[in-house]
Amino acid sequence: MNTTKSTDARTNSHRRTLKRQQTNQIATVVITGVAGLVVLPIILVILYIFINGIGAISWEFLTAKPRNGMTEGGIMPALLGTLLLTFGTGIVCIPLAIGAAIYLAEYAGDNRLTRWVRLAIVNLAGIPSIVYGLFGLGMFVLFLNFGTSIVAGSLTLGIMTLPVVISTAEEAILAVPQEFRVVSQSLGATRWQTIRHQVLPHAIPGIITGVILGLSRAAGETAPILFTVAAFYLPDLPQSVFDQTMALPYHLYVIATQVPGMPLEIQYGTALVLLLLVLSLTLIATVIRTNMRRRRDW
Amino acid sequence: MATKMTQPKIQVQDFNFFYDEFHALIDLNLAIQQNEITALIGPSGCGKSTFLRAINRMNDTISGTRAEGVIKLDGEDIYAPDVDVVELRQRVGMVFQRPNPFPQSIYDNVAFGPRVLGMVHNGNLPQMVEESLTDAGLWDEVKDRLKDSALGLNPGQQQRLCIARTVAVKPEVILMDEPCSALDPVATLRVEELMRKLAETYTIVIVTHNMQQAARVSDRTGFFWLGKLVEFDETGTIFTSPREALTEAYITGRRG
Repeated sequence: MNTTKSTDARTNSHRRTLKRQQTNQIATVVITGVAGLVVLPIILVILYIFINGIGAISWEFLTAKPRNGMTEGGIMPALLGTLLLTFGTGIVCIPLAIGAAIYLAEYAGDNRLTRWVRLAIVNLAGIPSIVYGLFGLGMFVLFLNFGTSIVAGSLTLGIMTLPVVISTAEEAILAVPQEFRVVSQSLGATRWQTIRHQVLPHAIPGIITGVILGLSRAAGETAPILFTVAAFYLPDLPQSVFDQTMALPYHLYVIATQVPGMPLEIQYGTALVLLLLVLSLTLIATVIRTNMRRRRDW
Repeated sequence: MATKMTQPKIQVQDFNFFYDEFHALIDLNLAIQQNEITALIGPSGCGKSTFLRAINRMNDTISGTRAEGVIKLDGEDIYAPDVDVVELRQRVGMVFQRPNPFPQSIYDNVAFGPRVLGMVHNGNLPQMVEESLTDAGLWDEVKDRLKDSALGLNPGQQQRLCIARTVAVKPEVILMDEPCSALDPVATLRVEELMRKLAETYTIVIVTHNMQQAARVSDRTGFFWLGKLVEFDETGTIFTSPREALTEAYITGRRG
C-alpha cells in the first residue's frame, strides 16, 4: 500500500516535470522567434535597396557629376558633400562632447551646473531633427551670418550629435575602474594627470565608438541640413566652408520627390551608397568595441 | 627599538573624522616615529583604514567627509588650508590591499610616478626604475621582461611591484592597507621581510588583520575599537602585557 502511494507520487511528479519542460521549450521557441523578427526588417531593407540599386553603381556613378537634370551621371558632389559635412560635424562635436563627458564623469559634483548640463543633454536628445534645422537656420545662417554653408550645416549637425556622443563617452570613462584613479592620485598625480594618463587611454576606444555612431547618424540626416547647407543642384564643387554643398540624404530626397522622370535605378543606387556609408561607419564602431572588450584585462 | 627623543614623524592631536553624520574616528592622539613600523590592528570597521587614509588625505576624494583636529607631518599640519594635497601624497605613499598595478608594462608602472611628478632629468628614468624595483626586491625576477604587462606577474610579485611604484616617487612615509591579505603565506613572508628593510629608509604605517604579522614586523602597535585608539604602545608590550582588558580580549580571542 505504502509502496503504491509513493510510486503514484513519483509518477505525478514526473508528469509535472515533463509539463514544465514542454512549457520551457515552447517559451524558448517563441522568444527566439520574436528576436528573429527584429532582424528581419533590417535584412529586408538592405536586400531590397541592394538588389534594386546595385545595377546603378559604377565607378562613373561615384565619381561623376549629375547630368541632364540629374537623370544621368553620378552622385560625386553629393557624396563629397556628405563626407565634408561628416568631417565638419566631427570637428564641432568631438571637442565639445569629450569635454562635457570628462566633466560629467570626473568633475561633476551634485551641483546646479551639473544638473543643468544633464538636463540640457536629455533635452538635446529629444529635439526633433527638423527643429535643429530651423535652429541652425536662425542661429548660424541668419544671425551669425554664415549663410547657407558647410559651416552652418556642420554646426547644426554637430549640436544634434552631441547627446549621443556625450552619453557614450561618459559611459566609457565611468567604465574605467575607480581603483586606477585612486592609485594614481595616491602617487601624487593631479586630477588632470590621472584623467590624462590613467583614465582616458582606457576610455578612448569607447569614446571613438560613440563618436563614430554619432557621425553615422549625422551623415544620414536630412532635416538639419535642409535649410543650413544642402543645395538642390550645384554645377560646381564647394570652394570654401562658406559655400553650399550637395549632400547624399538631401540629394536622395530631391531625386525621389522633386525631379520628374527620374530613373528608379539612380534613386536606389543613391540610397545604396548612403546606406553602405552609414553601415560601414557602424561596422567600424562595432569592430572597435568588440576589440576593446577582448583586450580589456582588468 | 630605541625610544627616540626627536620629533615624531607624524604627530596626531585630537583628530576626529566624520562620514556625513557618522563619527568614524574619535579623539585620536598618537605619535608615529621616524624609521619605525607602526601597526594598526582592530576589527573591521573600527576606523584603522580610515585613519590610514587620513594621513595622505585620500579620504578627501570621498564626498561628505570631514576632518577635525591636527595631523602633523614633520611638525606641519597636513590639514592646514595652504597644504598642497598633491605634494602631500608624494611625501606619503600608499600600498593597497589588493595588488593593483596599472594594466601597463612593469616599467611603465614604476615610471608613472616619476613621470607625472616631473622627477625625470637627463635620462635618469631607467636607473630610477631599476633602483625602485631593487628596493622592492623584484629586480632580479623582472629585469628581463620590463616591457611585459604587469598583470602577467603573480599576486606576490604584483604587490611588490606596487611597492616599487610607491617607492619610485621617493616618499618619506609609506602607508600599507592590509598589504598581504590577498597573498599566500610565502609571498606574505617576502613582503614582511621587505617591510623591515624598507623601514631603514622610510617610516611605515601598516593596517593588518593578522595579529602575528603585527607582532612580527612592527615596532609599535595601536589597537582601534569603534573609532577610538584604545591602546598604543611598543609592540612587545601590547602583545605580552596590554594595559587594557579590551586589547587583551581582542588579541587572545583572535589568536585562538
